[in-house]
Amino acid sequence: MKLCRAFLPALLLVVGLLLAGCQHDEPLPFRLTNISGHMPDLDFKLTDDHGKAVTGADYRGKVVLLYFGYTHCPDVCPLTLAQLHVVMQRLGPLADGARILFVSVDPARDTPAVMHAYVNAFDPRAVGLTGDARATEALSKRYRSAFTREPGSADGSYEVSHSSAIYVFDRDGKARVLATPSASRDDLVHDLHLLLDTGATP
Amino acid sequence: MKSSTLSFLLAGLLLTGGVHASAAEHVHASHAWIRVLPGDLPAGAYVTLQNDGDQAVALSGASSTVYADVMLHRSSTAGGMSRMTMVDALPVPAHGKVALAPAGYHLMLMKANAPVKPGDTVRLTLTFTDGSTLATDFTARPANAMDAGDEHAMPSMDHGAMPHASGH
Repeated sequence: MKLCRAFLPALLLVVGLLLAGCQHDEPLPFRLTNISGHMPDLDFKLTDDHGKAVTGADYRGKVVLLYFGYTHCPDVCPLTLAQLHVVMQRLGPLADGARILFVSVDPARDTPAVMHAYVNAFDPRAVGLTGDARATEALSKRYRSAFTREPGSADGSYEVSHSSAIYVFDRDGKARVLATPSASRDDLVHDLHLLLDTGATP
Repeated sequence: MKSSTLSFLLAGLLLTGGVHASAAEHVHASHAWIRVLPGDLPAGAYVTLQNDGDQAVALSGASSTVYADVMLHRSSTAGGMSRMTMVDALPVPAHGKVALAPAGYHLMLMKANAPVKPGDTVRLTLTFTDGSTLATDFTARPANAMDAGDEHAMPSMDHGAMPHASGH
């Protein structure tokens, strides 16, 4: 026992030094659901709204807000994108370090041209991404998101139900926080500040 | 036909047979706006309905000379998934009000016969289950608008929350 007592302070010192050595890995004080280490890095092969083939690596250096939706969604998708626009405005010039990636889960109707007009109606830092059904599904599954096509009506129209979450990635493409639809804009602005203030690439 | 629709129709018939008052006579519409999206994409229309009457009324839909199709819809979020469902009728309680607002009840406007631009005024004819109608002017707003606009600002509506399903 005496030996233990003598060693305890030394042990604590060693642990303390080890922790100090790991200072740079100290978790950021996020307010939203922290998904660091629990979701795969940003990775996809899709087409942007200029018709250019892009991958997740093309957005390294930017903080990415990933959201799944479709343009024929008149209510929730536009509301979410309008909310994200307000968030980007509140970030001021910092927002240039962030991108909203709007991934269509309705590639049959959402061409790059449609997506281009759509995303630019919301925010200049929004990018519309489309891909074939398989590529979109692969990305959606990667983030345990899901979407299903509802039975269509006689005129060929149909609705798509889709994941309502916003996935936020840091500049290195690491998944960091998840914003649910009921999350507050203040919290999103707060967490984006944390990600935009750190790891800035000059 | 669903039994709820039938009962609404019956209630409507009884009302029109008994008293002269119609649903629309007691309803006031405010904060009427449309979120305009690019191209020919469907748009969402929102309005607050105040019922000053002693009887509950119910909105069944709307029509327009500008849009070929108007449908009463409700968005909801459950288990992290967003979806839209068609609604037969939206009740407005006696001396109460109901808001058609983003992420909840809305009118889905489809197939505009002419481009609608932000700033335009579009008249929609709201239809109630008793067959009465209420012509209402809606303000067209940009895609990234949050509400009806400054002249209709409702500070109490904005709690800084992201979209969520309406409690109604």
